[in-house]
Amino acid sequence: MDSGRRTILKSGGGLTLLALGAAAGWLDCEDALAQTWNKAAFDTHSLGDTLHALGGDEPAQSQDIEFVQTPEIAENGAVVPVGVTSRIPKTESIAILIEKNPNMLAAVFDIPAGTEPVISTRVKMAQTSNIYALVRAEGRYYVAAKEVKVTLGGCGG
Amino acid sequence: MGEPMKIRAALTAGATEVKVLMSHEMETGQRKDAQGQTISAWFIQTISVTCNGRTVLSAQWGPAVAKNPFLSFKFEGGAKGDKIAVRWVDNRGDQRTDEAIIA
Repeated sequence: MDSGRRTILKSGGGLTLLALGAAAGWLDCEDALAQTWNKAAFDTHSLGDTLHALGGDEPAQSQDIEFVQTPEIAENGAVVPVGVTSRIPKTESIAILIEKNPNMLAAVFDIPAGTEPVISTRVKMAQTSNIYALVRAEGRYYVAAKEVKVTLGGCGG
Repeated sequence: MGEPMKIRAALTAGATEVKVLMSHEMETGQRKDAQGQTISAWFIQTISVTCNGRTVLSAQWGPAVAKNPFLSFKFEGGAKGDKIAVRWVDNRGDQRTDEAIIA
């Protein structure tokens, strides 16, 4: 009976160690990323939620945000070029959101002083959707939208 | 670790244009394999670009950025011979840094 209890204690101790080890590894990893990657914002499904997670309020529609190199029709949703240019003074960040993707936020670029608010990259689109460019300048948010038609989805399996 | 990035940095009309092509699967976590198992998400989460140690761009990405990501932008204050370093970290904690010289 006593030896049985020993076994249980031993195995229990082993499990605890394993769990601690796993937790420590996981925590390290999370800590390193938590500084910069805004998980809450990337889990959102609407413009309002994304904005809220980024710390913003109602965005103003802006004519000073322009899409460049962004097609009207994308043949392949897996690779859609998107370029955003902001003419809003003191632009601090540019975010790209795709309305009908499983998660709306695709990317957030922080623009330090001296860097031009002109960004281009490539994104995936599940289907025809609006793309939003969300610009933060002096703490205020501005938004512009463009519809891109997709003939072949980018998230099919 | 991943494959090396391709980085081009060129001085044009007073600004430095940086173009980066990274090699990464950027798996969304939405796709399924032939057996119907979900392929777990694997994508670059954070990127930073420095010029001689000064941060000129930082970004956070979700899995909606296309496979083998492309990025281009411009900044002021760069000079020929300055060192551009690009660093990414993915959601598995893997990371890679590559460098290029402004031409």
